[in-house]
Order: sequence, then structure tokens, then C-alpha cells
Amino acid sequence: MMRSNWISFTSIARKEMIRIFRIWLQTLVPPVITISLYFIIFGSFIGSQLGDIDGYDYMAFIAPGLIMMSIITNSYANTVSSFFSTKFQRNIEELLVSPTPNWVMVLGYISGGMTRGLCVGMLVSLVSLLFIRLPLFNVPFTILFALLTSFVFSLAGLINGIFAKKFDDISVIPTFVITPLTYLGGVFYSISLLPDFWRTLSKANPVVYMIGGFRYGFLGITDINVWAGLGMLLLFSVVLFLITLYLLKKGTGVRC
Amino acid sequence: MLALSIQNLQKKYQGGFQALSGVTFDVQEGDFFGLLGPNGAGKTTTIGIITSLVTKTGGKVRVFGIDIDDDFPAAKRLIGVVPQEANFSIFEKVQDIVTQQAGYYGIPRREALVRSEKYLKKLGLWEKRHVPAQQLSGGMKRRLMIARGLVHEPKLLILDEPTAGVDVEMRRGMWDFLVELNRQGRTIILTTHYLEEAEQLCNQIAIITRGEIVENTSKRELLRKLNKETFFFDTKNPVSAVMPLENTEFSFMDDGTLVVTKNKSQSMNRILAHLDQQGIVVDSMRNKANRLEELFMEMVE
Repeated sequence: MMRSNWISFTSIARKEMIRIFRIWLQTLVPPVITISLYFIIFGSFIGSQLGDIDGYDYMAFIAPGLIMMSIITNSYANTVSSFFSTKFQRNIEELLVSPTPNWVMVLGYISGGMTRGLCVGMLVSLVSLLFIRLPLFNVPFTILFALLTSFVFSLAGLINGIFAKKFDDISVIPTFVITPLTYLGGVFYSISLLPDFWRTLSKANPVVYMIGGFRYGFLGITDINVWAGLGMLLLFSVVLFLITLYLLKKGTGVRC
Repeated sequence: MLALSIQNLQKKYQGGFQALSGVTFDVQEGDFFGLLGPNGAGKTTTIGIITSLVTKTGGKVRVFGIDIDDDFPAAKRLIGVVPQEANFSIFEKVQDIVTQQAGYYGIPRREALVRSEKYLKKLGLWEKRHVPAQQLSGGMKRRLMIARGLVHEPKLLILDEPTAGVDVEMRRGMWDFLVELNRQGRTIILTTHYLEEAEQLCNQIAIITRGEIVENTSKRELLRKLNKETFFFDTKNPVSAVMPLENTEFSFMDDGTLVVTKNKSQSMNRILAHLDQQGIVVDSMRNKANRLEELFMEMVE
């Protein structure tokens, strides 16, 4: 049974990889261009006018945030669009009629989200090397935060895809929730520089912990408790995974 | 052994529509079983429940003795399904669609490639294996779905209106293929509203209408129940009127074609003698293409 599930998983994962690389002009190139522009405009043009933050120049400070931003948006975008188009074309039925367990199906789609999120993250990291020399303070932390954040946002995208009934539904959450949370999550500034009220409010934003922990992995500086960030990511991973399984078991959005 | 046993199957959709109200029927292993009914009768809902695309609200389904409530994955391994409308990704390549489906059933990739080649060749799609599915014609898309439904070599193959919108030549080819599959021992369930198709292929027939089974018997038995039968008589000379005859109705399709509907009790000799008396010469005679249609109309109305 384990072997059968493994084959099912690799089949879904393979399909997702083929999709990501078949439409690479949609999946891999645009985020790299967007983030490169951020590096040029904020890092180079504006950043050169600003002083250091915690001992690092502005470009080095924003680099981990920009990499994390690309991981978040691309992990989410991949699962939500792939799962919704699978529903839209009704080829989700290929999986539903098969004996593939729901947890295998979830992991298969997550593998796609993580592949795209981490691929784009790697490409953005390579682009950042054109502008700065990025230190790596703590490799395990960096990898762990990247993997868990990608996992969590791939799950969130999948849940969005499960509920989505029309194309509008797959852009509402990214536009009105994820983008504001990411931009206000400390990509471009340290929350320690904010007035008390905004600093306290920012601590309710989970993205602050993801970016904070990831930045710690690179630079060794942080404005949050990285262990709390790690714990929160683990908790989100488990809770969102269970929610996804529950929705699929109920047949939400996929069975009548 | 029973390939499929359905007892008191119920489905009420969220809006309150009762699609199935206690559907019960059995399919013996090796049968070529036809599930007939008009559009909206509950055929696709029934298949949806058997294949897990629709959640039942009551009743029992057993596939080769396995209750789907106890072990649906085990039951699913025994079922192959060919849906009514194309439900593959149109951007994926033909062979990828088939091998992926094999993967979902736990078939290793090497074996999946061998099997996909076997079925794509059988269905005349091997030359198209590297083509994205959107480039296939309607008939090819249907054959692709049959190859996909067979790749895990199910004991029970369910086809939902497999020849709807397919041209006559291709339909005949598909029939031959399905008959061959059935001869090899595979149980086949076919839904159709082409009664000619059911008459040609199926040995067992159930008729469903408004979510209920109104008939379930062998084709032979069903045809025996046929009280009326219609024939077309091609006459030598134009005919515009025929004297009435008991247990027989005459109508005209055109000047040279007389439509004769006779009750079972009426003999053909009597009809021919009756026409002969009036100087009407019958050149040739043919049976209306599908006799089941008359019975079907009687049952669903």
C-alpha cells in the first residue's frame, strides 16, 4: 500500500512539475523580474540614500524579505491556480475516481507549490547576488523557514482552490490578504523602528515571523522571537493540513 | 458473482432535488449491462455514486462484494470509468494522461508506459501520443478516455454515453471494441439513450426514469414484452389509402413507404394478404431500427 501511495504521489508531483516548467513564462520569469525591480528601485536607488539597519546596508536588509516574499506568493499561486484549473477542467475526477488517499493528493499538490515557491526563491537569491554579497548566518534556520513557509502557503493556496468556484475567487485572497500581510510583514523595514502601536499590531501578522526568522538565518539579526516563529509555522502546517484533509473528506468543492 | 449490487440508492442534492429515489439493481460478473433512461433520469448520478464523484444520501453499493462504505479504495481499483464529457487536461499530452492515471492507481511508471502503449495502439491513438489532448477530434477524445479507463485493467468498466455525438463508422468500431472487451470477461455497464446501441450490445437492461428503476431484465425478456412492432413496407406503386385492419395501424411516410405498426397478436401473413387484396404490392420490408424504443417510450411516459 505504501508503494502504491508513493507512486500516486510521484504521479501528481510529476504532473505538477511538468505544468510549472511547461508554462515557465507564467510561473518562473515574472516573479524574478518583479523582485529584480524591487532590488533596483528600493535596494539600489532608494536604499543608497538610507543608513544601515542593524549593521547591514539597506539592500542586504531587504534581500531575505524579498526572497521570502517570492516564496510566499509563488507557493500560494501555484497550488491555487493548479487546483482550481484541475477543478475547472474537471480532470480532478481522474484523481477522485482512483484509490489515491486524500493525504497523498494534498502532498502531491503541495509538492508543486513548494517546487515553484522554492525555485523562484532560488532564482531571486541568485539575482540578489548581482547586487550584494549575501551572508548565511545559520543555514538550518534559513532552510527550515523557507521550507515551512512554502509548505504553509502551498496549503493555504490549496484551501483557496478547494473553495474557489470562479476565476475571481482565486485572486481575492492574494490581493486583499496575502499582499498586504507581506508588504506589512517587514520586507522593507524592521518592525522595531515602528511606533509602539504599529509594532504591537505587526506582531499579530504571521508573515512578520516568517520574514523575521528567514532574515535571521541569513543575517543573524531579528526583530522577533525566531523560536516563536518556528513554533507558529509548525502549528500552521499541522492545522492547515488537517483543515485541507477535512475539506476533501467532506467533498467540499470537489464532490456533489 | 455479482459485479455490482445496488440497493435502495438515494440521492438528494443540496437544493432539495431528489435525483434517485431507491434505485436497486444487480449486475452479474461478465454481463454487458445497459442502463437506459431519458436525460435527467438519474443515470449519471448513479454512476457518480459508484465512482465516488457523487455522495449518496442513502442505500448500499457493493462492487464485487466490497461495500463502498467499508473500503472504497479497494472497490475503486476494480472499476474503470469513461465519463460522458471530456474530463482530462486539454494541455497535457495523450500518453501522459494515460500514464498519470495508471500512476494514480499505484501502477509503476515502467508498467504504465507498457500498458498505455497497448491501449493507445488498440484505440488507434498511438500516433497521437505526443500531441496535447486539445488537438484531438471529438471521437479521439472519447477513445482517449476509454484507454485511460482501461489502463489499470478494471474488472468492471462503466461507460456513460460513450458514443454520444460520434459518427456512425466510429460508433460501430467502438461497439466492436467493447464487445471484444466483454468477451474477454470484463463486465461492462453502459448508459445510453441510443436504444439501438443497447439492443446491439447489452444482454441485460435496466430502465431508469425519474430516479427509479422501472424495468430490469434480460434483453430477450424485454423484447418479448414488446406488444407492438413497427415495419416499413416499400410499395411498388404509390399508396395513399389502406383499408383498416384489426390490431394494425397504417400510416404513410411518403408515397412509396407504408408504416405498419402491428400488435403482437397480428400475423404478418394476414397483413400481407390484406394489402394484396387491395392490389398493393410490397417490394421490400424492414424492421424499425430499434424495437426497444417503443417499449422504452411506453415505460418512461
